Amino acid sequence: MTDFLSQHAEIIITLVKVALLLFIVLTVNAYLTWFERKVVAHMQSRWGPHRVGPHGLLQPAADGLKFLLKEDPTPAGVDKFTYFLAPLMALALALTSIAIIPFGPDPIRILGHDIYLGITDLNIGILALFAITALSVYGVALAGWSSNSKYPLLGGLRSSAQMVSYELALTMSVVGVLLMAGSFSLRDIVNAQASHPELGIFGWNIWPQILGFLCFFIAAIAETNRVPFDLPEAESELVAGFHTEYSSFKFAMFFIAEYTSMITVSCLCSIMFFGGWLSPFPASWTLTHYLPSVILIPFGAWVIYDGLRYETVFGRVVLPGIGFAMLAIGGTLIALPTVNEFIQGPFWLLAKIFVFLFVYVWMRGTLPRFRYDQLMGFGWKLLLPVSLANVVITATAILFWGKH
Amino acid sequence: MSAPIIIFFVLAVMAALGAISLIVQKHPIHSALSLIVVMVALAGLYLLMGAEFVAAVQIIVYGGAIMVLFVLVIMLLNAGVEERTNFSKMATFGGIPLALALLVAIAGAVVGGHGSVQAATQSGATAPTKQLAGLLFQEFVYPFELTSFLILIAILGAIVLAQREKI
Repeated sequence: MTDFLSQHAEIIITLVKVALLLFIVLTVNAYLTWFERKVVAHMQSRWGPHRVGPHGLLQPAADGLKFLLKEDPTPAGVDKFTYFLAPLMALALALTSIAIIPFGPDPIRILGHDIYLGITDLNIGILALFAITALSVYGVALAGWSSNSKYPLLGGLRSSAQMVSYELALTMSVVGVLLMAGSFSLRDIVNAQASHPELGIFGWNIWPQILGFLCFFIAAIAETNRVPFDLPEAESELVAGFHTEYSSFKFAMFFIAEYTSMITVSCLCSIMFFGGWLSPFPASWTLTHYLPSVILIPFGAWVIYDGLRYETVFGRVVLPGIGFAMLAIGGTLIALPTVNEFIQGPFWLLAKIFVFLFVYVWMRGTLPRFRYDQLMGFGWKLLLPVSLANVVITATAILFWGKH
Repeated sequence: MSAPIIIFFVLAVMAALGAISLIVQKHPIHSALSLIVVMVALAGLYLLMGAEFVAAVQIIVYGGAIMVLFVLVIMLLNAGVEERTNFSKMATFGGIPLALALLVAIAGAVVGGHGSVQAATQSGATAPTKQLAGLLFQEFVYPFELTSFLILIAILGAIVLAQREKI
């Protein structure tokens, strides 16, 4: 048994990592829907979900159960094979893309094996991600076509045209970053931004690549079919767009795919333009390493205070429990400096990802939808030329002044 | 058998089955899907040979952009199920011998080649993207630029043909 374990250690570690990451990503997905509903609700002066569990915290679980138990009818006249293939493709490709994201700089050492945070580190990391994104169009397009219904077909057509148009700008906008790092690997891209540790936030790619970032973020929102580019599922025009004829868990699969690609885009933005796991403060400021605890402890105290006054007994038990857990984690980080040092990288990366997810939700709460001709004009006449110009400017600058 | 050989055969069978299915399928969308399978399987074969960059570009350009355009056009025209006609006599009497001849030629090349397939899969020598870029933009820069011009002219031609009435 031990022989078997030691011989196949690499494979076993990878499988465990895959299972763990899947669990984390799906949980984050579930709570992202809760977060989105809460934030949008407060922007519109509503309360959002608050019935199931304290502050509606069990709402994702209730939604998941509902998706599993609902009847799953297949409409008449659908193209069976493609109809079942489409949600599978959308979900599988969205979840695959997470595997390439590195979540921290240093490996954990367990039983003599260096375990890096992140499933794999490819030489062609960013290209592999684009390859997966390129294929993920089919999930939406085929769902629209195979449903044998007018609105989904229109949604599918819109999404394939939109994705083809914005993929060019998406790919061109990262060329500047790749030129500065000299590598396709996401790990190398972050390390290239760490070459001036005394600069902190001013060493990140966002300053020289501000044009590239704007193009990338806009094109990426279009690729993920989110507001203001959600024409494939525009409720007011197309019922629900490409997934009108899908119900029950097949609908949930599209939903999970969309939220997972939001997470991937947030990861990519933080890694390529905002220094990934690098701290925004200069390396000499060691006091900032206590920031995770400084955030966790007051927040935990507030959750306990809020929980003790909650109206239901269940809430008065659960919320203080969560608060105490936060206090305990914050205290542990102060007590154990090695753990605190290790947590710095993942902490900053997760913080940046969270900010981008908030921006996504913020835009959904505030921006109106594009009209179709505006969408095409914006993509081809503005985004593509600007991202091409960014490539030329970056290449010229590197040619004259070198990389730093 | 070692893992690369098994993966090679899985991908090869996938590509071949995809190609057959492309011809046999009655609906254009299903044919397009089969072609995507062929493209992705080919990308896997490139990856097996250590050509990571070519594999990624194969999926991005062929699997993504070009096939999305195919699917978009099929959906836009709302093309229905193909109608089968009897094969033409030319295809029966000329096609089958020609296909056999091609098969023999390829089989001969595979048998006669001195294990070149093995050398490619087992060498593990990756062609770094930098080397590829050097070849493309330094040594062969003129043919590369000429090809780009050719494609540009083709695009302009398409626009002129599409806009003929307006001009």
